[in-house]
Amino acid sequence: MLRVRNWVLPVLTGIAMLAVWSLGFLSHAPNRIVPGQPLPLWAVASPAQAVALAILAVGLLATAFLQSGRKTGLVTGSALFATLLLILAAAATGSVALANPDVPAARTSLGPAFWLILAALALAFVDLAQQAGLSTRARLLLAVVVFAPVVGMAMLGWFDALSLAREYRARSDVFAAALQRHVFLVAATALIAASLGVPLGIWATRHPRFRARLFAVLNIVQTVPSIALFGLMIGPLSSLAEAFPWLRTLGIAGIGTAPALIALVCYALLPLVRNTVTGLDAVPAATIDAALGSGMRPGQILLQVSLPLAFPVILAGLRVVIIQTIGLAVVAALIGAGGFGAFVFQGLGQNALDLVLLGVIPTILLALACDTAFSVLAANGEPQR
Amino acid sequence: MTLRALRPVLLMAALLAGLLVLLPRSALLFHALFPSLDRPLYTRASFLDLTLAHIRLVLGATGAAALVGVSAGIFVTREAGRRLLPLLSATAAIGQTFPPVAVLALTVPVLGYGSGATLVALFVYALLPIIANTVTGLEGVERSTLEAADGMGFTPLRRLLQIELPLAAPVILAGIRTSAIINVGTATVGSTVGALSLGSPIIEGLSGSNTAYVVQGAILVATLALLIDRLFALGSDGTPA
Repeated sequence: MLRVRNWVLPVLTGIAMLAVWSLGFLSHAPNRIVPGQPLPLWAVASPAQAVALAILAVGLLATAFLQSGRKTGLVTGSALFATLLLILAAAATGSVALANPDVPAARTSLGPAFWLILAALALAFVDLAQQAGLSTRARLLLAVVVFAPVVGMAMLGWFDALSLAREYRARSDVFAAALQRHVFLVAATALIAASLGVPLGIWATRHPRFRARLFAVLNIVQTVPSIALFGLMIGPLSSLAEAFPWLRTLGIAGIGTAPALIALVCYALLPLVRNTVTGLDAVPAATIDAALGSGMRPGQILLQVSLPLAFPVILAGLRVVIIQTIGLAVVAALIGAGGFGAFVFQGLGQNALDLVLLGVIPTILLALACDTAFSVLAANGEPQR
Repeated sequence: MTLRALRPVLLMAALLAGLLVLLPRSALLFHALFPSLDRPLYTRASFLDLTLAHIRLVLGATGAAALVGVSAGIFVTREAGRRLLPLLSATAAIGQTFPPVAVLALTVPVLGYGSGATLVALFVYALLPIIANTVTGLEGVERSTLEAADGMGFTPLRRLLQIELPLAAPVILAGIRTSAIINVGTATVGSTVGALSLGSPIIEGLSGSNTAYVVQGAILVATLALLIDRLFALGSDGTPA
């Protein structure tokens, strides 16, 4: 007898089908600025692609009746993977077919239906990984398998006719510089914040009054919106640079990297100090006593016992800092710090939404990559079972 | 509630009110501070209107997100919705790695420029911490407590309203607080996509090299953020999150 055993995947498939039915898969415009004409999936996909996608959609709907298990998971995963490849292929061939050498200004962008299908696929993959109870390593493998063809197709130039790729090609060297800048901002913030935050945290565990005051100040900083903190740096720093011109030779000015880094470090301190304090507080008193009893000096205990035990918690704080800074660095572009935020705000200003995506997509990918890296680190740090 | 607990809130509220009264009358001060600027006082919209618009954005988005997010969190912790729990938790965790500004920029292609896009972006992003904390809070209620309630003949609804939600309330409230504070910041950036907010003078000042506008917007929005944070601190045990 047919019984619905799994309704999540069919619902996601239904949403994707509804998106295909009602929204444009690609959007074609005579130039970069005017809004494009939406083109439905069946208008841009080749007949073979359309038929294959329809069969896959029916198949995914039918998974509702399958008993969950390893085999079902594998079949479902393969079907999702095939759908992903077909969707990307349809976008690639569709955009190539729309390209017209006589109208070089014409633009083909990915439409809302494309993005909704992609979102549904992402949710389906996440659900699959959750249901199968995959380990961190297996999840990483799945992510690589899913991302590899996307990267491969892009490297082979399949998407070159899409507006997003053209925005990239128009500024590929600027893009490399933006990536470098963004990574530099994040790495420098993490490094400076860690070298300040961990000692502050250690000091705070020994001095309760200092601890209370420090947290009060850091909480206020964390509450103030980033753009306000960036903005408030401009005045003092530019008057400093005016009063002491030699500071300017060090790169200190009202706008640019210096105020951005200072503000980013201020934000990063709270998670680091909080986790250092939490981690050190959690070291059992008996462990410290044992170390004292074995004749270790306080400095030795801190370095060889307490800090190693607190390390996983401090690492979790660093993870928060890095993810948070990747996002805040986007906003820092508003005060001339560069990075991917420059594309975002330039694109918003010019109403060029593919340029916005050129800033947003790498930012999100960077955040996801760092988060994944920390998951792997944390999983490796756990005792083997 | 004692006056002592109310003190930080009253202080921030008085500061905000004072700024709203004094800033429009501070042209001379800003002239003295920024002698090179012709028009050192933001006058395109009144600071009061900007503040109210900002509050509306944050309140509307956070309120709607609290309603939807807590309901979703309740649904996935019931028998009927349990199948969705792993998916929703994982999505909320992954989604929180997305920068709020990215979510804001992504709503523009769909909804166009203006306050609407900002409101939707704030709503979507605010859902994540609220859902995550609602699930954590409800799942954190002791099994024995639930069994005791069942043994006393509580209906599932009564158990939810009188036992589970009150016990989970501090964690849920912390999630709403996180969302509200993030939203105050993202609403500020919302001015880059055409929303009227306290970010308007900041963005205009940054693009027109008018540091005075930046300072005026930044001081107000920082005070507003601290006031909202202190208000939430009243609801929790009074300590900062």
